[in-house]
Amino acid sequence: MTVFEILFSADFLRVILRVTTPILFATLAGAVSSRSGIFNIALEGIMLLAALIGVIFSALLSSAWLGLLVAVIFGGLVGLFLGFLVLNFKTDDILAGIAINLMAAGGTIFLLFLVSGDRGVSSTIDSLTLPNVNIPIIQNIPFLGRVLSGHNVLTYFVFISVFLMHMFMYKTPLGLKIRAVGENPHAAESVGINVHKIQYIALALSGVLSGFGGAFLSMGYLSYFTTNMTAGRGFIGLAANAMGRSTPIGGMLVALLFGTADAMANVFQTGIDIPYELIQMLPYITVIVGLSAFSYSRMKKKERQIEE
Amino acid sequence: MNRDTKFNVIRTTISILIALGISFVIIFLISEEPLEAIKQMITGPISRKRLFGNVIELTIPLIFTGLGVSIMFSAMQINLASEGAFHIGGVVAAVVALNLPMPGFIHPYVAILFAGLVGALFTFIPAILKIKTTANEIVSSLMLNYIALFFANYILNYYLRDPGAGSVASFPLPASSKLTSIISGTNIHIGLIIALLFTAGAYIFLYKSKMGYMIRVAGQNEDFARFSGIDILKVILISQIIGGFIAGMGGGIQLLGLYRRFTWTALLGYGWDAIIVATLSKNNPLYVPISAFFLAYIRIGADIMSRSTDVTPEIVSITQGTIIILIVAKQFLAKYKHKMVAKEAKSNIDAEGVE
Repeated sequence: MTVFEILFSADFLRVILRVTTPILFATLAGAVSSRSGIFNIALEGIMLLAALIGVIFSALLSSAWLGLLVAVIFGGLVGLFLGFLVLNFKTDDILAGIAINLMAAGGTIFLLFLVSGDRGVSSTIDSLTLPNVNIPIIQNIPFLGRVLSGHNVLTYFVFISVFLMHMFMYKTPLGLKIRAVGENPHAAESVGINVHKIQYIALALSGVLSGFGGAFLSMGYLSYFTTNMTAGRGFIGLAANAMGRSTPIGGMLVALLFGTADAMANVFQTGIDIPYELIQMLPYITVIVGLSAFSYSRMKKKERQIEE
Repeated sequence: MNRDTKFNVIRTTISILIALGISFVIIFLISEEPLEAIKQMITGPISRKRLFGNVIELTIPLIFTGLGVSIMFSAMQINLASEGAFHIGGVVAAVVALNLPMPGFIHPYVAILFAGLVGALFTFIPAILKIKTTANEIVSSLMLNYIALFFANYILNYYLRDPGAGSVASFPLPASSKLTSIISGTNIHIGLIIALLFTAGAYIFLYKSKMGYMIRVAGQNEDFARFSGIDILKVILISQIIGGFIAGMGGGIQLLGLYRRFTWTALLGYGWDAIIVATLSKNNPLYVPISAFFLAYIRIGADIMSRSTDVTPEIVSITQGTIIILIVAKQFLAKYKHKMVAKEAKSNIDAEGVE
């Protein structure tokens, strides 16, 4: 197959949706927290924790769905913990997030060893995976069916979440409050909004979304947990969110762009003359170039507005 | 000792004690032999010369990245690329060591210099992007770390790799490029002395030079700095370049001090550890070696513990995270500080009253 044929094959587009899923959960998680005025760098660690918790509890409760539920609740709790550190304990949000990430990186190995006796992979745990879903009618359409049908249930859910998040942020009173708090906490307070409460809610939601992303990795993308399996996807999500200016739909488009770069890195492991290591850099270079370009154009736009 | 310093010392000590306490409680909960585990963790590193040597060996890279991060964070730039700078410093040192034959007295130092320069270039990128495009330096530096990793993998696989090595590794580093050991019976190398010299240099730079002063002012209050006529952009760039230089050098020194071949195929984490070191040191270079030593000590202690008991060394990550949180938390012991200030004020008033 030529490069061109690969890029427009159904399988390639299918891979894009698959690899975008965890990044997009992280992007949405980043959006809701940064809208409330807190930079949630901890979402990388929350994803990692949730990935392990999902595996453990799906085995313990013999249900993938209950495993997912526990993982997501746990994610929300860590989000609240971050809220406690930042809002009540007055810890810098970045450093608190880094602390949580460091604890998650070691803590997951610690917990994995405790539960399975292994420090690398959870393969000795009989964990379950979330089902793939075939979409009636669409699955029978030749090209489209291959691209869109038969994905993991969370892949569909994340794209639905983009829409839900958009509605939530722009059409509900709570979404409005979150945005108001992030833009100007003092003004929000002066109109009677409980700033801390709103930020707590935003961080819990951010944690829940990160939890979904983590659970997808170990119960959908793969069927087991490996140490450090998030591999920076949370950070990429933060980047996508920064580039998407914390809008769910903008973030989704950027996440898809990164997903495409990531999918290309997957597809071009063989059969192309560029070293694989350089292709692996592609998603990260895309982030830096994209983020710089977007930030630059926004800066220029602001400058023009000031001049006018 | 003035009141703030005294308070900081008390606070840091209490933070460490609480963090260790939490870890010990966890050990008690999960271990069959908790007392033995804790004893191993605390006394293990001083039980043998070789093990204490391991602590010092681990302290060295932590000093370099710790100094780098302290300088970068002093300018209030959350540049997280020290991880990548360290990694790329290692691979650059390997390239120089393997490809530029030189006599032994100069070979490692040229390699380290190049490692530093590339490290500086590396942390320069997020800074210049921030200045020229307002791109968030946290995000771009995080991405750069992965680029450093894959770039180093590329160099290793395509230019340095020894096909006969069995695993993924470079050709053996020539003897002329290695840093000399300074204490027999351990692997402690001359990098320790370089680290301490740089500690002194970084302290003088940050606390006794005009540029260092400007960096700190810009970091504490950007608006004030701007009104005082400080060129913020220049200050940011210089601080990030110097920070990256030291971190990159650290990578080169680590490689040439402790490794026979370049084998780094994953990020080593010293850049993240550096954030713990810088936090413990409050970005003051003078305290960096102490903090680095402390961190290295509990790491090696935990390693020793895990070898002879049923506790995994990753328990340390809980300790580390707790320490960062407690030290950074403004509210932690804030009431105590308030009381301390009030008491002092009261005694001052009382003293005046007597006069």
